Amino acid sequence: MGLLSDPNRRRALTKLLTRLNAPICVMCYLAGVAWFMGLAFEPFTLRTYMSENAMGSTMVEERFPAGERALATGREFAAHKKKVGGMPVDWLVKTMQSRGLEVFTQSFTRKLPFPDENKERYMVRGTNVYGILRAPRAPRTEALVLSAPCSEGNNNNQAVGLLLGLAQYFRSQIHWAKDIIFLVNEHDLIGMQAWLEGYHHTNTTGGDWSPLQGRGGSIQAALSLELSSDVITSLDLVLEGLNGQLPNLDLANLFYAFCQKIGVLCTIQGKLQRNDWDTTSGYSHAAQTMMLMVLKQASGRPWGDHGLFLRYHIEAASIRGINSFRQYKTDTTTIGRLLEGMYRKLNNLLERLHQSYFFYLMPSLSRFVSIGYYMPAFGLLAVILLLQVLNLLVYVGIIDSFLLSPSVLHQPSSPGVLSILTPVVISHMTGVALYTLPILSQEMAVQHFPVSETEAVVLTAIAIYTAGLALPHNTHRLLQGEGTEEGWRVLKLVALLYLAVLLGCTALINFSLGFILALSLVPIAAFITPHTPKALSAAIMVLLSPGCTLLYCVFVFQELQETPVSLQDGWMLFLSVISQGILDHALYGSLVYPLLALLIYPCWLLLWNILFWK
Amino acid sequence: MLAFVLCGLVYVFVTADVQETNQVKDAEGQTHAVEEERQWEATEVETNLSLTDTPSDNEADHVQTCDRPPPPPAKDEIQEAAEEVRRDSLETNIVDVPSDKVDHVSDTKKTLDDPPPPPEKDRFQEELVIRPLHSGDTYASFQFRTLWDTDFFRGNKVLYYQLFPKSLGQVISKFSVSELHISFTQGYWRTMQWGQPFLPSPPGAELWEWCQDTVTDVDIAWKELTNVLSGIVCASLNFIDSTNTVQPSASFKPLGVGNGNAFSANAVLPREIVCTENLTPWKKLLPCGAKTGLAVLMNSEKVFHSSFYSQALHITPVCQDWQCKSTAWELKRTLNVVFDLHSSGQGKREWSLFKMFSRTLTEACPLRHCGEQFELSPATPLLSQAVVLGDRRTYSVYDLTNQATFGQMPAESGDMLRPLLHGERYVAGYGLPTGEIHTLVYNHHTYRAFPVLLLDTVPWYLRLYIHTLTTPAIYIHYQPSKDRLQPHLLEMLVQLPPNSVTEVTVQFERALLKWTEYTPDPNHGFYVGPLLAVPSVVAMDTNSTQERPLFSSFFPCKEESSYFMRVYTEPLLVNLPTPDFSMPYNVICLTCTVMAVGYGSLYNLLTHTFQVEEPGLRCVPLL
Repeated sequence: MGLLSDPNRRRALTKLLTRLNAPICVMCYLAGVAWFMGLAFEPFTLRTYMSENAMGSTMVEERFPAGERALATGREFAAHKKKVGGMPVDWLVKTMQSRGLEVFTQSFTRKLPFPDENKERYMVRGTNVYGILRAPRAPRTEALVLSAPCSEGNNNNQAVGLLLGLAQYFRSQIHWAKDIIFLVNEHDLIGMQAWLEGYHHTNTTGGDWSPLQGRGGSIQAALSLELSSDVITSLDLVLEGLNGQLPNLDLANLFYAFCQKIGVLCTIQGKLQRNDWDTTSGYSHAAQTMMLMVLKQASGRPWGDHGLFLRYHIEAASIRGINSFRQYKTDTTTIGRLLEGMYRKLNNLLERLHQSYFFYLMPSLSRFVSIGYYMPAFGLLAVILLLQVLNLLVYVGIIDSFLLSPSVLHQPSSPGVLSILTPVVISHMTGVALYTLPILSQEMAVQHFPVSETEAVVLTAIAIYTAGLALPHNTHRLLQGEGTEEGWRVLKLVALLYLAVLLGCTALINFSLGFILALSLVPIAAFITPHTPKALSAAIMVLLSPGCTLLYCVFVFQELQETPVSLQDGWMLFLSVISQGILDHALYGSLVYPLLALLIYPCWLLLWNILFWK
Repeated sequence: MLAFVLCGLVYVFVTADVQETNQVKDAEGQTHAVEEERQWEATEVETNLSLTDTPSDNEADHVQTCDRPPPPPAKDEIQEAAEEVRRDSLETNIVDVPSDKVDHVSDTKKTLDDPPPPPEKDRFQEELVIRPLHSGDTYASFQFRTLWDTDFFRGNKVLYYQLFPKSLGQVISKFSVSELHISFTQGYWRTMQWGQPFLPSPPGAELWEWCQDTVTDVDIAWKELTNVLSGIVCASLNFIDSTNTVQPSASFKPLGVGNGNAFSANAVLPREIVCTENLTPWKKLLPCGAKTGLAVLMNSEKVFHSSFYSQALHITPVCQDWQCKSTAWELKRTLNVVFDLHSSGQGKREWSLFKMFSRTLTEACPLRHCGEQFELSPATPLLSQAVVLGDRRTYSVYDLTNQATFGQMPAESGDMLRPLLHGERYVAGYGLPTGEIHTLVYNHHTYRAFPVLLLDTVPWYLRLYIHTLTTPAIYIHYQPSKDRLQPHLLEMLVQLPPNSVTEVTVQFERALLKWTEYTPDPNHGFYVGPLLAVPSVVAMDTNSTQERPLFSSFFPCKEESSYFMRVYTEPLLVNLPTPDFSMPYNVICLTCTVMAVGYGSLYNLLTHTFQVEEPGLRCVPLL
């Protein structure tokens, strides 16, 4: 054989690859999409199972009796909240102390880079109150956290009531081997961020908080409770955290196991599980659930108060009570029993949750797709980029000249470094502008235009994004005269390799984001040349640019949540999503905005450059 | 005026002591005439609340005892007292008392009456202090002390053991131990809620030893000692090796009259779990076992159903008298338990012996003299003796019309006397490559600054970046770690200003261990021992003076103002970068298969051309 050492055979192989390049690419793309859609099909997925032995076989008896009292406490909390007009710190401290906890408070202030119009806040000042239930005969090395947010209006009063009820009940129990921290955080994620940074003594985003006085060692797991009604119909589990991080699958399994045991309806992404997987509607239900998870994960923002715990390698999830029009209702005592059971099991843990998967997608609460199953979908898309790279290498002649006569590397028409470097630098400068200017120039924009700060930031971002398209892309001609065929090929080669590395790394960390970006960017990256019809190609490129992808995602997300929006509302939502993305980055250190602005957008600009190559 | 029998027993404090003189009078070493001197003596509390009215029989000095010691007259009273405590608590539930100072009453009567102690005698004392804590929890502290005027060294072989446990005596003589302290603690002493403990100890096991300079190879002796002790106390002390043993240069001073102390070693095992298996051998070291005396109360079911549990052994040489011409060996066995208010008392501030231990004192240890002291608070000047059903008892009378009776009960939210010093420790940062250890030492004294020695032992797998050490230390002694051989040792002399928090931080890098070095549960994390703060103003009193109750002299001091104290922070649990231990199998199996089968043949296929070999050309050897 000697397939590679024989020049003729080698040439035949490369010829085959170049000739069949386009069909193979199309095949790969379709196969990737099909593979991805197939993940939601039940026979292709795995049933969830408890991997952690410490939580599996041990029997736990739940006896929490005091749901009514917890609700009364919740009402009392609501009254005090109304009276104080915010977090009733003194009342909470006193109540927690009377329940036998060690109580501490933490105050924090935070100035947002620009006003958050969704939540109507700019200068945030608040206090977190937390009580530590010290486990008997434990040396303060491990802790569990149960948190409930103190929200605006009448939300989550029941959650705080139940938290206090559980605290009182847990205090009289003797099983605890880990300290349990009961946390009531103000201003949802901002308070949580302050508390977590205080607990771990870090400061990643420049917040201002007072140091914590009491600690319970390394936190093993955390649950965040959201409950706004006295009775509920179902419990929703929220897993997606900051930057698309997910807690260990065993935490979801634990929740599911207890829901089954106690008989509570449980959902994920707000969708119930269905058994009719072999029907079209059953499949589309599972696909919708999975798509919602993918979209939420791709957004990189924390979808509940638990989301920030994941950064510290603390397995965390939010449990949200939902009260819909269903007949069957669950009372607070039952939720309390469910939480008691979960904490009892978490208390049994000997090690951190590590046995089960950290990378997974869930088409329903009892089924999951592990990384080994979903990665091929991305891999098929990434192969397209590599095939194109191979193709270009052949065209540019690097392979041939190298393989045929390695000693003679004559490339008379090889483009200069400058002609490649210039567009790369210019694109990245535009990216840097997109990243920095919106926040920096908001004051100026507000002075000159009749817009609010938030609008100013978002519109500046959009303006810079659009201006990037109109940049003089042919600067290389000033330096080296006419652009050559070789020139755009090398530039495309660089852009393809760059994109492949970018998407590959992104998909490893946050599969959903990587996959969505690959879906839109790979086709244009594969087929763009200066010779395609300019107007049509330009239109396609703009439609598949990262910004427009975001717009589609907004619409798809609304559609999947069964709250479709009109074009007008969708556009407003799109604007607020951009502002939220920038805020998430500034407040919690979400990386999606910098990734898009500093890396993905410049990469797309390079491709845009190739289209207008002269 | 309402006379009322109040059960407000604040500090029940049961002390007992026996002086047992064993004079070995044998010329041939065949017959022992044991002369026992037993002194039954009443000790009285200042409040004149004496439950034992037995006249002291000091006159009967040398009683040749073939006969049993007279049944302790106090015995019935003890029973009654215990009963009384229990019944009254159950009935009236009015215990609500200030808890922050121990007004201990010392009486010198006994010392004056004592004859000079004859040589070669051993004495045994036992004591229980019960103290309601500010948080509502109850603190029970047992102490058993054996004092033996003997010498284990200088060539004389000790063969006859009376009250001193033989197993420990042999350890002392074999390893030339001049001081030995072992503590086993389950839980962390909550200084901010409970105040200072009588005897601080770190969570887990701590072993601390001084040995004589006659020992030739200290490392081997230490290794053997830990192994022997782990057998005696039934604990995993054999895990102590060079990687967790340090030899502090300044932080540990001998507590006894150590002369010729050459070598000290200290090791902490924060992971050690203490349970009944450690209590049982510990009980066996008592002369009466757990059959009689205070040890009856140590019901393991109850003692381990508590917030804090600590047991310790301390062997120190002390002076026999004020002149300190000869030394005696003191063996203290302490057991400290904190019972939880919420889980045991159903939230009520009351206690009784029966409730705490599920047992009462029924019988005294015949080897000791029983004198019980009960101290009541609020103290009352009125005492009445009444005969109820032929039963003579002493009652305290409280005048409930007088406001002052209630005045001393602290309000629920009242501040307790803050503990002087306390420490706190945590790991900062996130991610697995690096981290930072923060240690905070609080000084709550309003005007006094304390010089404090901080002793920090960090295992080698946390590689400290010493250049990042921020500390206000005046003096630093640092001994770097050696991988797999010795831990970091950091000793700092720090001046704590009054009313301040002192922070010491140091960054570290988490080492990647070899795969055999991980524990069976690597994702649990690795323990780092607590930081120890020792105020360096300790004045030791090495004379054994017996007129004081035992709890005031866990480690006695010369002055009232300076006392022995140690502050331990909590241990740390640090996660190290851990490989996925399910992976090695996958990876090893997969790579081996791929390498062996796939790669080799594929490589051959791609690079080699195959040619048909002509058969005729090969020369076949004939042989």
